Amino acid sequence: MLGGTHMRKQKQNIKDQDIREPDYWRTPLDIDKQVIQKGQVNIIKDRCKACNFCIEFCPNNVLAISEEFNAKGYHPPCVSKQDNCVACKLCELICPEFAIYITEENNLNTDEDEP
Amino acid sequence: MNHNEVHPMDRLIRADRMPHIWCPGCGLGTNFTCFLEALNQSGLDPDKNVIVSGIGCTGRVPGYTNIDSYHTTHGRAIPFATGLKLANPELTVTVFSGDGDLFAIGGNHFIHAARRNIDLKIICVNNFNYGMTGGQFGCTTPLGAKTTTSPYGNYEHPFNLVQMAAASGAVYVARWTSLHVRRLTNSIKETFAKKGFTFIEIISPCPVSFGRRNKLGEGLDEMKYYQENSVIKHGIDPNEADLNLNGKIIVGKFIDIDKPTFLDNQPKLQTPD
Repeated sequence: MLGGTHMRKQKQNIKDQDIREPDYWRTPLDIDKQVIQKGQVNIIKDRCKACNFCIEFCPNNVLAISEEFNAKGYHPPCVSKQDNCVACKLCELICPEFAIYITEENNLNTDEDEP
Repeated sequence: MNHNEVHPMDRLIRADRMPHIWCPGCGLGTNFTCFLEALNQSGLDPDKNVIVSGIGCTGRVPGYTNIDSYHTTHGRAIPFATGLKLANPELTVTVFSGDGDLFAIGGNHFIHAARRNIDLKIICVNNFNYGMTGGQFGCTTPLGAKTTTSPYGNYEHPFNLVQMAAASGAVYVARWTSLHVRRLTNSIKETFAKKGFTFIEIISPCPVSFGRRNKLGEGLDEMKYYQENSVIKHGIDPNEADLNLNGKIIVGKFIDIDKPTFLDNQPKLQTPD
């Protein structure tokens, strides 16, 4: 039933890499005009029941299991790669506990911030 | 609990009742979030939306919504919702209930409401057993599945809910899993815009009752199983979309037709003199 070891291995390989830049098979012609939305992850830790749906299904692997405990004794997620968040809000939709939400950052000129 | 943090969905839920009773790894909270997100995106007035449920884990959903809601007796969500819709046709009435409530004790109400094509939005969360009462087998438990009351495996054939809805006359029939959050949200949005009896089945993990006894792992493992074994087949004959214990899960939108509703056929009810 749980024959997904191959897929899990693939996922692990992806997790090992830093996938901040999208992997294009060809550079889009309008790449200069497109701006990737950035998101800020907010976690209401005491609502979390550690189902790990958000950690597993985040497409950009922004989240990870934290070491700390919440009031109910669960390990809530923590943000491991904040810069990878593109505010797709899948975690917000898949969280059964209303414990995670994304605020969009309108700081669109991210490239200029870097030296 | 830190009350300074406000989730954007908190205006539609009763945040003071959080955390809800559903187990860790249960898909019900996800399905509930998808419903609220669809309500949010559709731009409908929450005051004109009503949510009705019967008994069971899924029956707890109305208790957590901040819109008008009613928690009826076991199996009688559809009769109550029918009365609500006929008495006040401008309401959008959603029935959010489980498979045991809608199809076991409430099965007859379901097929007749579908036959009459009453304008109700049915969302059925299917977790393959009676989760709240301790994991007994029901009318949707797959053949051979182990539950507390079928320790040697279930001998009974299960209902194919989408086939039953389509055969009874529903105008919109779809099936998704708890993992298909975006498609599910879009599907619920489509039913809000559609007139008539619509039906969405959501396959949902039940790690504590059904999953544990059938060695399906935790909620996350069941979600991974859906990820690997779901096959989207839009528009196929619902007869071919039956579910097995360890088989592929066929999801998609099977029926989307137009048909006059019960109220369309009763002009006097719509405009009382």
